[in-house]
Amino acid sequence: MTYKAELSSLPAQTKLMPFGYNLQLNAEGKLKHFLTIEGLDRNLLTEILDTAESFAGVSEHQVKKVPLLRGKTIVNLFFENSTRTRTTFELAATRLSADVINMNIATSATSKGESLLDTIRNLESMFVDMFVVRHALSGAAHFIAQQTAPHISVINAGDGQHAHPTQAMLDMFTIRQIKKDFSNLRVAIIGDILHSRVARSEIQALNTLGAAEVRVIAPKTLLPAHVESLGVSVSHNLSEGLKDIDVVMMLRLQKERMSSALLPSESEYFKCFGLTEEKLKVAKPDAIVMHPGPINRGVEIDSKVADGPQSVILRQVSNGIAVRMAIMAMAMQTLPSAPGKSASTPSTANTGTM
Amino acid sequence: MNQIRIDHGRIIDPANKIDRIGCVYISGGKIISVTDEPAGFKADTVIDAGGQIVCPGFIDLSTRLRDMGHSRKATFKSEVIAAAAAGVTTLCLQPDTVPVIDTPAVVELIKELAEKAGYPRIYTVGALTQKLEGTELSAMLSLKQAGCIAVGNANQPVRNLLILRRAMEYAASHDLLMMFRPNDFWLGNNGCAHEGAVATRYGLPSIPEAAETIALAQCLELAELTGCRVHFGQLSCKRSVIKIHQAKKYGLKVSADVAVHQLHLTENDMTPFDSAYHVLPPLRTEDDKQYLRQGLAGSTINSICSDHQPHDLDAKLGAFPETEPGISSLETLLPLMLKLVAQHAITLEQGIACLSANPARVLRLNSGALTPGFSADVCIFDPKRDWQINSENWKSQGINTPFWGQTLTGRVTHTLQEGMVIHRL
Repeated sequence: MTYKAELSSLPAQTKLMPFGYNLQLNAEGKLKHFLTIEGLDRNLLTEILDTAESFAGVSEHQVKKVPLLRGKTIVNLFFENSTRTRTTFELAATRLSADVINMNIATSATSKGESLLDTIRNLESMFVDMFVVRHALSGAAHFIAQQTAPHISVINAGDGQHAHPTQAMLDMFTIRQIKKDFSNLRVAIIGDILHSRVARSEIQALNTLGAAEVRVIAPKTLLPAHVESLGVSVSHNLSEGLKDIDVVMMLRLQKERMSSALLPSESEYFKCFGLTEEKLKVAKPDAIVMHPGPINRGVEIDSKVADGPQSVILRQVSNGIAVRMAIMAMAMQTLPSAPGKSASTPSTANTGTM
Repeated sequence: MNQIRIDHGRIIDPANKIDRIGCVYISGGKIISVTDEPAGFKADTVIDAGGQIVCPGFIDLSTRLRDMGHSRKATFKSEVIAAAAAGVTTLCLQPDTVPVIDTPAVVELIKELAEKAGYPRIYTVGALTQKLEGTELSAMLSLKQAGCIAVGNANQPVRNLLILRRAMEYAASHDLLMMFRPNDFWLGNNGCAHEGAVATRYGLPSIPEAAETIALAQCLELAELTGCRVHFGQLSCKRSVIKIHQAKKYGLKVSADVAVHQLHLTENDMTPFDSAYHVLPPLRTEDDKQYLRQGLAGSTINSICSDHQPHDLDAKLGAFPETEPGISSLETLLPLMLKLVAQHAITLEQGIACLSANPARVLRLNSGALTPGFSADVCIFDPKRDWQINSENWKSQGINTPFWGQTLTGRVTHTLQEGMVIHRL
């Protein structure tokens, strides 16, 4: 049959092979791709945080570079618009001395898999080493990781409503900087959980790192079915839901949620779920306020809170660089020795040579 | 005149309540006896069916053969070979072909393609509405006269209930069966997975059971209002089984089938983002699966269909939500039915009835049984033979099956259609 002949002539990796989360780890159990928090254990997440800590100083040096990825080519493959995520990935790659190519491929959600695959094949033939992928559809990063040449690493910079694991890790990094330990923390995630890849990754990361409680607060229209199965408790009331909370994570509310009948109006949403100084008082006095950005002031968060003393929103952004440096360096296996244990190894060892 | 004798097989013919070792005598394309050798019978061909099961050829209520506008996915030529290898001797082509089966000319074209492929028993399901758009009635009487065995709207929901009502009234006026896959457009919300824990975890757009059960409930009401005969296709959830059960008890003349993979796979079996599991209706929960099985055992659901939907490789290569739904499933029909028997969900006799006598009754066909005088459509299979789903054994052009690489038990060794051997292992 010609079709089967065609099948056998396809490149070896173009097969309908089962996907799996071990896809992320190589034979030695080291990070190969970074697609989702799911399937990664506490040690590995801690290793990412420790490595990031060692990179945190790099941005403050006069020469903001370490040569870990010198000679490597990283392609930022953005099928969906983004400013801050792409910029921090670009900065992270540059600080690791990699060559970076930015590709913004505007596509509609209905574009065919062929073109996605063709794009990958074309870039592969240009000898790239890593793809940083953002795509509007859940599973896109997995698909690319499964199809791409074996030497290429794939970092998920957000796929549909599925995962945004680097955002989750930079938030974990920020939380650990301030709160030191996860085991006593109660974290509330507020807003559009249903459509949020950030929320899904945050929940998995917090549960893996042993947070005492993850609570989601939203109206039913913005919660996915069986949300408790993600390992969270649920509240539909912000004022009550913030009780005893150490970390308040706000999510961005997209305008289109109003037109698809998920919410009546921005003002009603703000009244019920917008974070104000008044409502924040219900949380613990030393609670921190986070937001993955971009912020809708007056929709999900009041400016007084966003710019207030409890807000760590800008710190999240700057931490994004160190965390993404850590993940890229780990996925490319270019760190000198297993860090994790001694957090200072990479930065001192490598910045010193610059 | 070609005379065939099938020897020593275990004959299972649920319609005639036969289950015994014996011989089947075929002459002139018809069954002439399953008991004694008819006087003057001289076999030109003898098939030894020792250790095997001889049963009526299977009738598949929902099949796609692609071809015409979709020949890169599959062709009649490739798929009738798969059908024959699956023991299927009659199949119902759903109307969502390209072009849609909404004019007699398309019906004629399909008949020609079927003849050319050497597999005449392809029945067409005519479109219920023009181009399946759900806005204007199709010329159902002309379609019936051209040979359509039923009408339906395939996977396309009829969004406007007034139009569905009119279509059912019109179909009832011409005594046409409507095949209906209940599926509310709005509640379905362009989803690609069951609205449950798995879709929640992987952030997949999801479809609640209510998208099926609400459309089912509305159609049941309209069946009573219009008197239209309705067959519900590819049910996927517990509450649908309950609704059909209640409707039957109440006295409505309705029937239902289930796609064979729904009886084995659940959302938990989905390897994350593996497009081989992308199917509509979506794979649901263990509870739904058990209810569907009980529905079969208790005859609430009386038929098992393949819901065969072969695809080319490109259709399945992409991020999960953008891949095309559907499983290439003709060739796994028998082994998956036998697995239900092995797991004591149904009896072997029930399983065979669900693939032959019962769908024949739904379609009001004089087939699906080994009754003397009926067309000699016969399937002979070895219930114990293991075989691997691989490119060597697989006939369909679509390799989109989640069972790829697995070893299943039960294989068709011979298929006879109108007394002609169309498949021999």
